[in-house]
Amino acid sequence: MLEIKGLTATIDGKEILRGIDLTVPEGEIHAIMGPNGAGKSTLSYVLSGREGYEVTGGSVTYNGADLLAMEPEERAAAGVFLAFQYPVELPGVGNANFIRTALNAIRRARGEAELDAVQFLKEARAAVTALKMPDDMLKRNVNVGFSGGEKKRNEVLQMALLKPTLALLDETDSGLDIDALKIVAEGVNALRGPAFSALVITHYQRLLDHIVPDRVHVLAAGKIVRSGGPELALELEANGYAGLEAA
Amino acid sequence: MPAVNETIETVDRISGGGYKFGFETNIEMEFAPKGLNEDIVRLISAKKGEPEWLLEWRLKAYRAWLSMEDPAWARIHHPRIDYQDLHYYAAPKKPAPKSLDEVDPELLAMYEKLGIPLNERAALAGIAVDAVFDSVSVATTFRDTLAKAGVIFCSISEAVREHPELVRKYLGSVVPAGDNYYAALNSAVFSDGSFVFVPKGVRCPMELSTYFRINARNTGQFERTLIVAEAGASVSYLEGCTAPMRDENQLHAAVVELVALDEATIKYSTVQNWYPGDAEGRGGIYNFVTKRGACRGRNSKISWTQVETGSAITWKYPSCILQGEGATGEFYSVAVTNNFQQADTGTKMIHLAPNTTSTIVSKGISAGRSNNTYRGLVRIMPRAMNARNFTQCDSLLIGDRCGAHTVPYIESRNRTAKVEHEATTSKIADDQLFYCRARGLSEEDAVGLLVNGFCRDVLKELPMEFAVEAQKLLAVSLEGSVG
Amino acid sequence: MSGTDLLDGFDLAALPGASAREAASARLRAGGWPTRRDEAWHYTDLAAGLRGFALGPAPAVEVAAELPEGQRVVFVNGRFDAARSTAPDWVGRLGGAAADTARGGVVVALNTALAEDGVAITLAPGQQGGTLFLVTLAAGRGETMPAIAPRHRIALGAGATLTLIETARGEGSYLHAPVFEVELGEGARLNHYRLQDESGEAVHVATIFAEIAGGAGYESFTLNRGARLSRNETHARLTGPAADVHLNAAQLLNGTQHGDVTTVVRHDAPDCASRQTVKSVLAGAARGVFQGRIEVDRIAQKTDGYQMNQALLLSDEAEIDSKPELEIFADDVKCSHGATIGALDPEQLFYLRSRGVPAAEAKSILIRAFLDEALEPVTDEAARAVFEAAIGAWWREGA
Repeated sequence: MLEIKGLTATIDGKEILRGIDLTVPEGEIHAIMGPNGAGKSTLSYVLSGREGYEVTGGSVTYNGADLLAMEPEERAAAGVFLAFQYPVELPGVGNANFIRTALNAIRRARGEAELDAVQFLKEARAAVTALKMPDDMLKRNVNVGFSGGEKKRNEVLQMALLKPTLALLDETDSGLDIDALKIVAEGVNALRGPAFSALVITHYQRLLDHIVPDRVHVLAAGKIVRSGGPELALELEANGYAGLEAA
Repeated sequence: MPAVNETIETVDRISGGGYKFGFETNIEMEFAPKGLNEDIVRLISAKKGEPEWLLEWRLKAYRAWLSMEDPAWARIHHPRIDYQDLHYYAAPKKPAPKSLDEVDPELLAMYEKLGIPLNERAALAGIAVDAVFDSVSVATTFRDTLAKAGVIFCSISEAVREHPELVRKYLGSVVPAGDNYYAALNSAVFSDGSFVFVPKGVRCPMELSTYFRINARNTGQFERTLIVAEAGASVSYLEGCTAPMRDENQLHAAVVELVALDEATIKYSTVQNWYPGDAEGRGGIYNFVTKRGACRGRNSKISWTQVETGSAITWKYPSCILQGEGATGEFYSVAVTNNFQQADTGTKMIHLAPNTTSTIVSKGISAGRSNNTYRGLVRIMPRAMNARNFTQCDSLLIGDRCGAHTVPYIESRNRTAKVEHEATTSKIADDQLFYCRARGLSEEDAVGLLVNGFCRDVLKELPMEFAVEAQKLLAVSLEGSVG
Repeated sequence: MSGTDLLDGFDLAALPGASAREAASARLRAGGWPTRRDEAWHYTDLAAGLRGFALGPAPAVEVAAELPEGQRVVFVNGRFDAARSTAPDWVGRLGGAAADTARGGVVVALNTALAEDGVAITLAPGQQGGTLFLVTLAAGRGETMPAIAPRHRIALGAGATLTLIETARGEGSYLHAPVFEVELGEGARLNHYRLQDESGEAVHVATIFAEIAGGAGYESFTLNRGARLSRNETHARLTGPAADVHLNAAQLLNGTQHGDVTTVVRHDAPDCASRQTVKSVLAGAARGVFQGRIEVDRIAQKTDGYQMNQALLLSDEAEIDSKPELEIFADDVKCSHGATIGALDPEQLFYLRSRGVPAAEAKSILIRAFLDEALEPVTDEAARAVFEAAIGAWWREGA
C-alpha cells in the first residue's frame, strides 16, 4: 500500500506540491488527472527519487517503509517502477543487456538468484512477442533512434520484465496512436492482480478507457482537489479542468 | 620475502584491491648490473648471441639516444627518470626452454593465475600465445599448427637466430632506431618481444596473442614487436599487459612495428592493464611506447584497437603510414584514467598515397584527479588524392578534480581530400544516471553501464574474448570514482 | 634577423617609459621571432616571414583613403590623424608609454617596446557608444620595413555598448602589430568587427586581449584577406558568470598568402557560453591556419563551449592546418568542436550550372554560402557593408 500524507515539494525554491494526501491500497489502480502544470510529473519524480526535487514536508510510505529515505535504486528494488514521460536514450547500451542488468540488480537486492542470459532472453523474447513489438527491440540501444511510440512501448516492456508491485505511469499515453495505446494498456492490465497497484498519471481520459481505474483523483495547483470513481474521468472529459482550482 | 609481501598488502589495502594482477612471482632471476652504457648494450647483445650487424644497430641507437632529450610536449609530469638506476636485462636463471615441458612450473603457474594457460591443451581454443616475462619470451604455444600454415610466431630473439634475413629487412624500417627518445632507448636495449611473419596469401589460422608481464624490481621492460604481413596475408594479434603492484615506478618502453604489403591486413589489439599506481598516486608503470604501422602495399590495412586502463603514465600514439594506394588505417581507443593516472595518447594518420582512408574513434574517460589527453595528427600530403579521414573524439569527466583534453592536429595539402573531425567533452548526463537507478541499478553500476555504452564503438572492434575482459576492466578501473 | 639585432633600427631610450620598453625588448632580444619550434607558432613561422627585412621606425607619411561617414578615428602608420578623425569625447589617445604586459608572447613584447600611440575608448556605465570606425592606414616606402605597433585600449563600463568597426589597409611593405586591450564591465556589450585588408607585401600580427565580466558579451568577427603573412590572435577570458563570447572569423587567401586565426577562450566563471565559427577559403598556393583552444577552469561549471572550423581548398597547392583544442577541468560542461576540410561539392556546383548559372558565379555563390555561418552574428549594417564589399572585391580580383 502506498500512503502519501501532506506531501509538499519544491523545485528551485518554487512550491509545486502543496500538501498531497493519497492512499493506493494493494491491488488497486488509481488515476491522477489534471491540467498542465498541476504537478503531476513532479509527483512521479518525487516518488521515484529524482534529484532536484526538494521534499519540504509530509511523508510517503510504501508497504510501511519510508520511501523518501530510499535511493532511486532502492525504490526500484522495493517494487516501484516509473514509466517515464520522456524515456532517456542510452547510447551504446543494448536494451536486453540493460534490462537484464536492472533485473539482476533488483534480484540481488532482494536476495534472489540472478537470471543467466539464456533464461532472461527466453522471458524477454516472450514479453516482446506478447507486446507485439518488433524482434530487434531487444538488440537496439536503449531508446536510441526509437520513435515516441516505441519509447513508450519500451517502458512497458521493461515493466513487464521487472514485474513491479507499484507502477507509476507518467503520461505514458502521450504521443501514442490508438494501437500503441492498446498495447500499453494490455501491458498494464496483464500485471493487474491482488499484489499490483498503479498510479496512472494522464492528461486525457482516453487511456482510462483501456486501463479502468478503481479511483480517479484530480490534481490541480499541487493538491488533490477531487476524488471519485471512474465516472469522474468522464466528467472531466466533458467539462474540462476549468474551475477546479477553486474547488 | 616478507618485506615485499607486506608492501603488496599495504598497496592492496590502499587501492581497495582494485588491481587484481598485483602479485609477484618468485623466480630466480639473472640481472645485468644497473645502469646503461655501451658495455651493457654489448652484454645484452652477447647474451642473446646476436650477429654483429644487430650489435652495431643497437650501438648506433644508443649513441643517438645519448644526444637526444626526452620529449616535453606531452601533458604528462613525472620526476626525472634516472636511467642509470635501472636494470636493462633480467631473465629467469634457467636456460631458455626448448619446449613447454621445460618451462619453469612457477612461471606456468603465474600465467595460469593470470588466466593465460600456456599449456596447449588447456589454452583457449584458437589462440596462440607468446608469453614475455620481464624481458624474455618464456613460451610460445601452437607453434606447430602455425608452422604448417607457414606462419612464423616466435620471440624476436629466436627470429634473429632462425630468420635473420627477415629481421634484418624489416627491423627499424617503420620505427628507425633514432626515431624518438624512447624508441632509441628501446632499440639499444630491447631484449625480447614477439615476431610474426605471415607469408604471401596466408590468412593466419588463429588469433595470435602476446602476454607481457613485468615482474622484477627496478627493471625496465623494453620489448620489441615486429609483425610482417606479406601480400594478401592477414593476421589478428592481441596484446595483454600486467605488472605487480610496487610503490616505485617502473619503466616500460616498447616499440611495435607493423608492415602490411599489398592487400594485407593486420589487426592489432591491446588491453593495457599495467599497474596504475595506488589511490595516492604512488607507484605504477611509466608506459612510453612507440607503435607504428606501415601500410606499404596497395589496399593494405592496419587497424589498431586499444583499451588503456593501466599505467601511472601512458604516452603512446599507435600510428599508420598510408603509403600504398587505397590503404586503410584505423585507430579505436578507450583510455580510462582514475586517481592520479596520466594518459597522453592518440594516433597519427599520415596519408601519402591516393584513395587512402583513415578512421579515428577515441573515447577518453577521466576520473579521480587524473588527466587524460587525446593527441592526434591527421596529415594529408599532396599526392593523397581523394584521401578520407573521419575522426570522432569524445571525453567523459567523472568528478570535478580531473581533466580531459583534446589536441588534434589536422593538416591537409590536397584539395580532393575530405577530412572530418568531431570532438565532445561532457559528463554522464544526470537523466541517464537517474533512468538507470530508477530501474534498480546502483550508481556505480549505472556509471559502469553508461561508460561501457560510451565506449561501445571501440569495444566492438575487439575480438570477443578481449571485449568481455575489457568491459570488466573498465568497471574495475573506475571503482571508487563515483559518489 | 637574429634575436639580438632585431630592434637595432630603433632608439628606444628616446621614447617615454623606457624601463617597460627595455624589459619588453630584452624579452624580444632573448627569444627572437617565434619559429615552428614554438608550439604556439607551430604552423606560422614568423621568423621566416620576416627574414631579410630590416625593421625601422614608422615614418610620418600621408596615405590617401576613402573614409567612412560618422564617428571615426584615423591612424596613419600608427599615429593618430586628428585632422581626418571625427572622434566623440569618450575617445582619447593612449599616448606615451604603453603599459607593460607580461602576458602574450614575443609579438606583444615588440608592441610594448615600440608602442607610441593608440586609441583609448572609455565608455561610462550605461553609455551607448553607437558605431565607431577605427581606420588604420599604413605605408612602407623606404629602405627599412616600418614597424607599426599601436596599443589600443577599449574599456566599457557596466551596461555600456559599442560597435567598433576596424579596417586595416595600406601600401608597400610594413609590419603592423597592434595590441588591443579590451575590458568589458558587467553586462556591457562590444561588437568588434575587423577587416584585415593590408597591402599584399605587409605582415600583420594583431593580438587582442579581452576580459569579459559577468553578463557581458564580446562579439567579434574578423575577415582576413590582406597581407602576405597575417595572424590574428585573440585571448578572451570570461571572468564573471553568464558572460558570452563569440569569436568568428573568415579568411579569404590567394597566391602565396599565409593567414592564421588563433584563439584562446578561457572560461574562468560558471554558466558562460563561447561560440566560434571560423571559415577559410584558400586559393592559389595560400596557406590557412586555425588554432583554437577552449580552456575550462575547475570552477567554470555549466560551461557551454562550441567551436567549428571549416576550410575549402580551391586549388591543388592550397594548404590548411587546423588545431582545435579542448582543455577541460570542470565536469558539468558541454564542450565540442568540429572541423571539416574539403573542396567545393561538385554536385552542388553541377546543380547550379544545370540551372543555368555560369561556373564562376556558381562557385562564388557556393563560397558565399560557405562563409555565411561565420558572418551570421554581424548584424550591424555598416559592418555588413564593409565585409560584403571586401568579399566582393576578392571575387573580382580572381579567387
